[in-house]
Amino acid sequence: MRFFTGSIVAAAAAACLFVQTAEGRTLKWARSGDALTLDPHAQNEGPTHNLNHHIYEPLIIRDSKGKAVPALAESWGLTSDPLVWEFKLRKGVKFHDGAPFTADDVVFSYERARQPSSDMKQLLSSVDTVSKVDDHTVRIKTKGPNPLLPANLTDLFIMNKAWAEKNNTVKVQDFKNKEENFAVRNANGTGPFMLVSRAPDVKTVMKAFPDYWGKDQYKHGVTQLEYIVIKSDATRTAALLSGEVDFVQDLPVQDIERVKNSPNLKVAIGPENRSIFLGMNVGAKELETSDVKGKNPFADKRVRHALNMAINREAIQRVVMRGQSVPTGTIAPPGVNGWTKEMDKYPPVDLNKAKALLKEAGYEKGFSVTFHCPNDRYVNDEAICQSAVGMLGQVGVKANLVAQSKALHFPLIQKEQTDFYLLGWGVPTFDSHYIFTFLYQTRTDKTGGWNATRYSNPEIDKLTVSLESETDLEKRNATIAKIWNVLHEETIYIPIHIQTLAYGMRKDVDIVVDISNQPKIKFAVLTN
Amino acid sequence: MIAYGIRSVLQAVLVLLAVALLAFSMFRYVGDPVANMVGQEATQGDREALRERLGLDDPILVQFGRFVADAVQGEFGISYKQGRKVADLLAERLPATLELAILSTLLAVVLGIVLGVYTAIRRDGVIANTVMVLSLVGVSLPTFVIGIGLIYLFAVELRWLPSYGRGEVVQIGWWTTGLLTESGRKSLIMPVLTLGFFQLTLIMRLVRSEMLEVMRTDFIKFARARGINERSITFRHALRNTLIPVVTIAGLQFGGVVAFAIVTESVFQWPGLGALFVQAVQFVDIPVMAAYLMFVAAVFVATNLIVDLLYFALDPRLRNEAPAGAGGR
Amino acid sequence: MNDLPEHGDSAPQPRQAAIEARGSGLSRAWDSDLAYSFRRSPVAVAAGATTLVFMLAALAAPWIAPQNAFDPASLNLMDGFLAPMSRSASGSLHILGTDSQGRDLLSAILFGARVSIAVGFLAVAFSMVLGVGLGLVAGYVGGRIDAAIMRIADIQLSFPAILIALLVFGIVRGLIHPSQHEQWAIGVLIIAIGLANWARYARTVRGSAMVEKNKEYVQAARVMGRSSLAIMREHVLPNVMGPVLVIATINLALAIIEEATLSFLGVGVPPTQPSLGTLIRIGQQFLFSGEWWILFFPALVLVVLALAINLLGDWLRDALNPKLK
Repeated sequence: MRFFTGSIVAAAAAACLFVQTAEGRTLKWARSGDALTLDPHAQNEGPTHNLNHHIYEPLIIRDSKGKAVPALAESWGLTSDPLVWEFKLRKGVKFHDGAPFTADDVVFSYERARQPSSDMKQLLSSVDTVSKVDDHTVRIKTKGPNPLLPANLTDLFIMNKAWAEKNNTVKVQDFKNKEENFAVRNANGTGPFMLVSRAPDVKTVMKAFPDYWGKDQYKHGVTQLEYIVIKSDATRTAALLSGEVDFVQDLPVQDIERVKNSPNLKVAIGPENRSIFLGMNVGAKELETSDVKGKNPFADKRVRHALNMAINREAIQRVVMRGQSVPTGTIAPPGVNGWTKEMDKYPPVDLNKAKALLKEAGYEKGFSVTFHCPNDRYVNDEAICQSAVGMLGQVGVKANLVAQSKALHFPLIQKEQTDFYLLGWGVPTFDSHYIFTFLYQTRTDKTGGWNATRYSNPEIDKLTVSLESETDLEKRNATIAKIWNVLHEETIYIPIHIQTLAYGMRKDVDIVVDISNQPKIKFAVLTN
Repeated sequence: MIAYGIRSVLQAVLVLLAVALLAFSMFRYVGDPVANMVGQEATQGDREALRERLGLDDPILVQFGRFVADAVQGEFGISYKQGRKVADLLAERLPATLELAILSTLLAVVLGIVLGVYTAIRRDGVIANTVMVLSLVGVSLPTFVIGIGLIYLFAVELRWLPSYGRGEVVQIGWWTTGLLTESGRKSLIMPVLTLGFFQLTLIMRLVRSEMLEVMRTDFIKFARARGINERSITFRHALRNTLIPVVTIAGLQFGGVVAFAIVTESVFQWPGLGALFVQAVQFVDIPVMAAYLMFVAAVFVATNLIVDLLYFALDPRLRNEAPAGAGGR
Repeated sequence: MNDLPEHGDSAPQPRQAAIEARGSGLSRAWDSDLAYSFRRSPVAVAAGATTLVFMLAALAAPWIAPQNAFDPASLNLMDGFLAPMSRSASGSLHILGTDSQGRDLLSAILFGARVSIAVGFLAVAFSMVLGVGLGLVAGYVGGRIDAAIMRIADIQLSFPAILIALLVFGIVRGLIHPSQHEQWAIGVLIIAIGLANWARYARTVRGSAMVEKNKEYVQAARVMGRSSLAIMREHVLPNVMGPVLVIATINLALAIIEEATLSFLGVGVPPTQPSLGTLIRIGQQFLFSGEWWILFFPALVLVVLALAINLLGDWLRDALNPKLK
């Protein structure tokens, strides 16, 4: 049997030493789930990026309000050619192994992120070439004009070319196909913290990188950062209450009051740029999991409108979320380009009207369908689903709830094996196009990757594609409004709410709620 | 002696082979190993190539042989969920589980014998009866309820002990231990109590009834008649006769403790094998389940074998009736 | 070497009354003895009464519960988190309060106990049939079959039932289509718990079967041409019914706890049809937020139920096996 790899042993030994000698502060950061991998291009997933942001850096990073600020690029802009962007790179930056950061690393990393096994390739789909001008200048040429290119780069991490080549990790980990490479558990970035040790699903230890380029700019005071996975809600809260951790990123809503009332603790609350909604299989001829045979109830718009009216969003907000959500009538979070107050209106709960609509559609006696739900991804996801089951039951729709881990739930959506499901969607680019292309466009190799509704509307597809190269922002926004108009009437999704984040922490830690739920510790402040 | 030893070893190997057959069948027939290993967009060609590489078209006996050969080398393939070698996953989590199990067994044996002897001597005493009632309440308390109660009391209300995990651990070679740091030792207390509790009540009641049984035998009556004092009878004669079956049971139960750690580990987020197994069951991560099964079987067989041989060495008269395991829940 | 008497599987002396009794005479024979011993033991009476009350209440849940806890449509989310003895907006009284979904907790516990007890009984029945059958075969037939069965029983006994149950659960889940998981959840639980507990019966029955097999009257019956099956049914089975009953009682408590543990680990029954274990799992989330009743009452019911059945089993064992008292 092959036991531990040498590097981990050495790293952990170093960790023990470090605990004893460090003079600064250790920040213990707890969350319910772990990053899926450290390979920066293998998974486009929130918690994965969140951890990697501390070790690796992109050219441009978003602060807690979602504003793009310089990271490895000091400045950027379009050249005289509307297809070519130029990035001026920061000088004097070092990787954790001491190697200097240069344009070669950027070119290498972007090429790596465009490999077939990369999960980040969609974000660079408009890119034609990436080229080095000099050691600290990079140019990106797009296939058509792309006014939003910089917005796509904020989670694209830069690796060290020589390190990747030396360790045989030029190829991105093929996560779906259960591959593993050196970069999955080892890292060499330019970020504020360097990896000390990692035990997946248990704990990842990092220490401050002494040569970090921004150490004078970001005085966070954290010398050691421990990212700890505590799955159970009660245990996570207990760990915070008992002082074993300093910061809980997903404080259960029911524990907010208790933490607020603790003398040494505080809670920061803010909206996340993420909506929670139900998706319906509107495209199939017949639902596999329904008792209705020969036709698909969800294909009938009246049924979808009826269900939309049956969901009592305010009750979910009050009881399930204890006020920590904003009920919504659209799956676009506010702040996303294209969002309007008009879209955000949701129909009042009207069970009689809903029943009348169902009767009109021929489902007076209702119908049954299997309802898939994650139980470890969004705030109170399983409880939301349970209450939705009750509300749908009141209009005669029998939803058979299957609540399971995200690792089992998401493949059902990606493989179109569900008729009715709950999903949450964040919009890191803050533009409606990101929603259209993932959730509404017809499912193909490149588009509609998270659209399990089987909805396919050639008109919407065409308009969505046209957004990608429209440089006239006014015209572009008009198109977005037009798309939303159509989709709103279609109601293939039943929006529920925008989820609110609650960060629990010690009073002497100051971490602002990050709108994308990607808090970066370098922006935090620790006081002693 | 040698023949007996060989027979014991052969039996152990047979048991391991039987469990291996079960593990192999799980791996081979539960779910489609190919579908679990390739992405959904893999072509038919990819699938067939993988089938060939995995040797899924070979005769079943050949496949089983290969499985056993791999298992002997600690090779159980790749976890479906984590995409890592199962052997590495197990090795990483082994020390946490063993440390917990060994300490719990020690606690259960020491405290169980003390309380068992006490309740046997003071059969009708108030304390003894209270202990007996408590032990019955203890058996009726699900482990996870005990765990939650302890966490609430000692971690949240009193804040004496940490609520989860192992605390700081120290690495010695490939082994990790929590015994060398204060936070590590504190972290051990509640999980050890929780895990050891059931075994403790079991051993206590066993010691008590064995003691009562022995006390009734002619041998003790004879000792009494000879005028040996009661204290000496209790400890030199009765307890000594009780200890063999007790230590046997404790030894045989060790495998059970290791496996029963599943629940304790889940409650305390203890990063051991049991928590890994529960995860694997939820995700139907067959390679991890199969490997864990083999691991527990190996622990069981090893302890059984050691006890068997010790037993034989201690008391050749017992050769015909090798000790059999006694159950936990 | 002796087995653990606490688990009731040490082969008791076959009592003369039971040997003489045949068929229906069996019950009459230990009726008087047992009833007397029962009346004399206040603990047994209390435990028996508690068990009976719980079972009847659970059985009658659909008629006595204020609310159908398994019908999501009857729940009003706005009634969530009501404290015990408070009234909902519509005026109905919630004696034990409501849970996070607005479900009346008393109703949830009644329905939940119904699931727990049903799973317990069916699992025990399953393991009893399996264990008694295998034990009879092993004891009566002997030889290699006996060795094989007993070796498997040994293995099973050294693993905690929870491990075997989890394993069976995982395997069955892998074998059936994911969309069927919830429908089969309870069946899978019964099979898993049942398969994890048969060995104790097998051992006890085997012991008795071996003893009986060599008795003269059995030999005589065999000579007279009675079939093995008939001999086992008429001579061996009646003798083992006492110990089997003891094991079954104690196993019922274990099975209920096992079901709760599996549900607590998240591999049991779905949250829309909660058992006691599921209720505890849900209630655990509210340990710090002041809604203590969601965790406390289901846990209390589970512990009291298991304790009562255990006490009953303890008493039954002592009553049937006076040597150990």
